[in-house]
Amino acid sequence: MSSVALAGHIPSAAALRQRSENRTAWLLAAPAIVLLLLFVLLPVAAVIFLGFTDFELGYGKFRFVGFENYAHLLNDRTFRRSLWNTSVYTAIVAPVSIVLGLGVAILIEGEGRARGFFRTVYFLPVASLIVAMATVWQYIFHPTIGPLNALLSLAGIPGPNWLGASNTVLYSLSIIGIWQSVGFNMVLFLAGLTAIPRELYAAAHVDGAKSALDRFFLVTWPMLGPTTLFVVTISITNAVKVFETVKMLTDGGPNKASEVLLFTIYQEGFVYLRVGYASAMTVVFLAILVVLMLVQYRVLDRRVHYT
Amino acid sequence: MTSPAFPFGRIVRFALLSLGALIILAPYIFMISTAGKTQSDIFTSSLTLIPQHFYFAENFAKAFAKVPMTTLLWNGVIVCGLIFFFQVVVAIPCAYAMAKLKFRAARLMMVLVMLGLLVPIHATALPLYVAFDKMSLLNSYTSLVAPFTISVFAIFMFLQFFRAMPDDLLHAARLDGMSELGIIARVIVPNAWPAVTAFAIFSVVAHWNDLYWPLIVVSKQAYATPPLGLMYFRAAEAGDDYGALMAATLIITLPLVAAFLLAQKRFVEGITMTGLKG
Repeated sequence: MSSVALAGHIPSAAALRQRSENRTAWLLAAPAIVLLLLFVLLPVAAVIFLGFTDFELGYGKFRFVGFENYAHLLNDRTFRRSLWNTSVYTAIVAPVSIVLGLGVAILIEGEGRARGFFRTVYFLPVASLIVAMATVWQYIFHPTIGPLNALLSLAGIPGPNWLGASNTVLYSLSIIGIWQSVGFNMVLFLAGLTAIPRELYAAAHVDGAKSALDRFFLVTWPMLGPTTLFVVTISITNAVKVFETVKMLTDGGPNKASEVLLFTIYQEGFVYLRVGYASAMTVVFLAILVVLMLVQYRVLDRRVHYT
Repeated sequence: MTSPAFPFGRIVRFALLSLGALIILAPYIFMISTAGKTQSDIFTSSLTLIPQHFYFAENFAKAFAKVPMTTLLWNGVIVCGLIFFFQVVVAIPCAYAMAKLKFRAARLMMVLVMLGLLVPIHATALPLYVAFDKMSLLNSYTSLVAPFTISVFAIFMFLQFFRAMPDDLLHAARLDGMSELGIIARVIVPNAWPAVTAFAIFSVVAHWNDLYWPLIVVSKQAYATPPLGLMYFRAAEAGDDYGALMAATLIITLPLVAAFLLAQKRFVEGITMTGLKG
């Protein structure tokens, strides 16, 4: 009995200090917690809630419609088109910019004096205002006065109406997307490459990996695993979030050929002010992001044991 | 990686890199070249890079006359500056409490931060817009800045950084009778400078470039940020006067590109440090 009482007595001073430290911690974190509630958690809850209503901005009243919005989404041709276009765009931009980013990183890694110069050049689009560069691309892609078609006509090839035709617009936007993200991926891969110990290459050489390709598959590729996984997820997420170029250059057109997810949400919610319906779309968008993150964690979990 | 005793491989590598670099640089070259051309030049000779009549001054004058460039750039500076200021002031104490104090809610906070990392502005924009509309706060710096005052990303980054800081430093400061706020201001922040600059670059690049949120809450030119202003200009010009358009584009792109060229190392560090959040 007495030992219990003693044990309960002695740490009280320490416990007191701990309690005061805990209080200080709460105070220090309070602004962050309040803002997090206000600008992240509550809005997310509100979006999920609004997705079940027919709320429209400008009308005072709204009612619950259950899953009606979601049922409507399934048959909404614009939305389905938009999901499809976003998938196509992502399926082009993510893999190509990852492969090119890795390729450029490996080439630059082996480069000597010109290394810094190339790194700067490839990274330049990341630091440039994409909205501004989009207008430059619009000029380059211009069907009659654009330099790209002028170049093609020199070679005798009739250039397409890049951004103006429904069968090429998504590819043209993809080119801009790739141009923009190669440098970002390159920098991430470069960071991963420099972290690989040189001795591994020497060891691989001793073990008979004579060609550069052998060494790539024996050392570089496995060692880059975690970096690659990260680059893959961030590339996919960024591609799914494409908006600026579409809004600037095509407004989803022609004929909805470049409608993408965020653009459709923007149109529904902020132009037509159908907030309830746009909220349901946003929930779908969020769900896609959640799935992407879960996949990343799953793969990471499995990989951790090997790296 | 390719053996240095094989010059052919080096030549191929250099050629490949140069070709890629040319493609990456092409838009910049055309931007600068077109900004110096007259309308007729633009329509007749798009592949000639050097303008036949130097028209730079006229195009820049037109851009400045038709777009309130200084307002746009000023708005960009104000908005990015305020966002960065609040993000750091809010995130540093929180990250410090989570990393270095006996904070019982630290676990819960970590979960909130991880959840927050997942949610972009695009997902919260609708209810925030409705709320700002109800409070008649559209077209104001408040609506442009407020949603970004909390950056879970900043908390996450500073948390990693603070965890690596030695505890002895803090014990010594406490023995000297410093308050926790004093410790943050005089011990933590000066030591966290690399993390702060890295985050600054990430934050400014992200918000200087953002079009989505400004497009939603701003409809008046007085509060337009650079991307939004450029969009207005393009719409007003119907995208025909490419000379003036390229001049405007050049002016708006220049600040960040110049900053990047001057502080390249920091930029790349900032992006990789903030990029590699694993």
